[in-house]
Amino acid sequence: MLKSTTPTVVGSKTEAKTKHRTFSLNAKDKYYAALFLGPSLLILSVFVFYPMLRTLYISMFLTNTLGKTTVFNGLGNYTDLLGSPEYIASLGSTLVYVFAVTVLTVGIGLLLANLASKRLPGIGIFRTLYSVTMGVSVSVAAIFWLFIFNPSTGFFALLSNLLGLPVINWLTDPTMAMWAVIITTVWMNLGFTFLILLGAISAVPTTLYEAASIEGASERRQFFKITVPMISPTLFFVSTITLIEGFKSFGLIDLITKGGPTNSTNMLVYRIYKDAFYSGNYAQASSEAIILTVIIAFFTFLQFKFLEKRVNY
Amino acid sequence: MYRNLYGVNKMSTILNQVSKNYGANNVILNNVSAEIETGEFFVIVGPSGCGKSTLLRMIAGLTEISDGEISIDGQVVNDLQPKDRKLTMVFQSYALFPFLNVWDNVAFGLKARKLDQAEVHQRVNDALDMVSLSEFKDRKPRELSGGQRQRVALARAVASDAKICLMDEPLSNLDAQLRVKMRQEIYQLQRKLGITLIYVTHDQVEAMTMADHIMVLNDHEVQQIGTPTEIYQQPANAFVANFFGTPLINVMPAQKIDDYTLNVDGDFEIRMEQKITDKATKIGIRPGELSIEHADELFANATVKSTEFLGDETIVYATTNSGHDIRVLLPGKAVYAAFEKIKISSSNNIFLFDSLNKRIPMEMGDLVNA
Repeated sequence: MLKSTTPTVVGSKTEAKTKHRTFSLNAKDKYYAALFLGPSLLILSVFVFYPMLRTLYISMFLTNTLGKTTVFNGLGNYTDLLGSPEYIASLGSTLVYVFAVTVLTVGIGLLLANLASKRLPGIGIFRTLYSVTMGVSVSVAAIFWLFIFNPSTGFFALLSNLLGLPVINWLTDPTMAMWAVIITTVWMNLGFTFLILLGAISAVPTTLYEAASIEGASERRQFFKITVPMISPTLFFVSTITLIEGFKSFGLIDLITKGGPTNSTNMLVYRIYKDAFYSGNYAQASSEAIILTVIIAFFTFLQFKFLEKRVNY
Repeated sequence: MYRNLYGVNKMSTILNQVSKNYGANNVILNNVSAEIETGEFFVIVGPSGCGKSTLLRMIAGLTEISDGEISIDGQVVNDLQPKDRKLTMVFQSYALFPFLNVWDNVAFGLKARKLDQAEVHQRVNDALDMVSLSEFKDRKPRELSGGQRQRVALARAVASDAKICLMDEPLSNLDAQLRVKMRQEIYQLQRKLGITLIYVTHDQVEAMTMADHIMVLNDHEVQQIGTPTEIYQQPANAFVANFFGTPLINVMPAQKIDDYTLNVDGDFEIRMEQKITDKATKIGIRPGELSIEHADELFANATVKSTEFLGDETIVYATTNSGHDIRVLLPGKAVYAAFEKIKISSSNNIFLFDSLNKRIPMEMGDLVNA
């Protein structure tokens, strides 16, 4: 791998056109190229390339409980998975979760960022408060929200009692458990999304708003006709990041619902973890991982194809 | 200090003792008064930091007024929203929307005001025609040159159909040649549309060439309001005299010898036709009023530093014996070597300033020593 990569990285375009196309580097250049590229290639190979190829390999075998491959199974693991109603249900709940999380995170983040971008006295306090979840770890957030969701002493229970409404069993009702996980994830995501969007909104030249206000555009119109299009590259960025992160959610699910009740929050990543490390079914977990990779790649591709065209100006 | 404030012409923009400050120690503008007549080209000029842009933003309603009153066509507009002041503004940065094409940029305000489709089309197309941008209507701002972007901003102002247009240093992002061209275009546009144009610039040439009236601002206060001719020929004070005219006017200390003779710091004398008041302590001489002779050591009163040949004229930079830098504008080509000794003399078409740098009027009929 080293040999084939180094010359193209260091050789300039003009050099590449000369007859010494592949071996135009002198010994010293090669030495430096290897020196600079070596560490990252080594790290990537050990932690990314090898596991990826190994996962792909395992996914086409059957494995024993130690994870050793036993019998070649071709695409058998994949066909088994796609024929399993349980897996399809898991896929469905993951999609619901990911889309709800993305829409809510970006929507609420945009709303808060727009509010916090106004020049008002004391606005700094809100800017700090809204971005504070960036500094909260998943475990702390999970504990915090478990307290809030607690059906007898939690904040929501107290609120329901106060208003005379029936208490919601956030973590034992399958539908509400999904919402509990969504709410917690959105809350966790907000800090980062808010901060990035606030930065983008602050970078919009004020003269655009001034020109618009002289020309008679209302605040609402200014938001939709100036702010949103001006920050659309950033909106695209945060929605892509949130979507990918959504598919990869693990920590909060493990700490809040553990995939339950009745598998209602058994998202793809959590399923992979359980299949591999609880059931010892490494082959199936590997094929699930490959499917998840394909799904994420597919949605990212869709986003780039359809959204990116509209956000460039 | 202001013109005709109480000879109220209803259809005009009146600034009455307008002030802007951020606390007592941070005064931006102090007691600015002026009347801007409908249909005139009014230029606000001054060095950077004098508050001229702030004044324009106050007229637009983008910056709050601390004190005083601004009225447009007889109505006090202090508390009106920018959109209700029936004006339009061209920004230094042009404020174009990068994601909209030229046509939509011009239509933005009209759509915001919910005009009907046919009228929007009519007005936008007319405005683009007027600034000769029709063939570029589908381009995005980034695909246009600086001058074309400037024209889009102008088209937006034209399309708005407002009777008052404010411009904040609209030409400062353009190169010198384009600036001259756009200067003429803006002037012609203003004349063609008959709108009131209030134009902020730091460039005295723009002010002199385009304005019907000029307001000179410095140190947060109005120095003078007048026509370009008045400003040039009868500057209110040394600052105004200094600000207008290239090369720079020569302001030097002078002493009265007798009623009709001034001694310019021991370097040369000027014989006046009118009696000289005792208050005169400085004089201002335009470089064109000076003349030079070659002279030997004995009669010389200055030494040449350098010369600049401009084609029709030559500027000679020299230092007088008393140490003042002096600029002389000579017709045609004049050959003087650096370090050459020269004798400078002046016509008596000069300005007299008192110790506070105010000009002492000397025009025919002015009462000297009154």
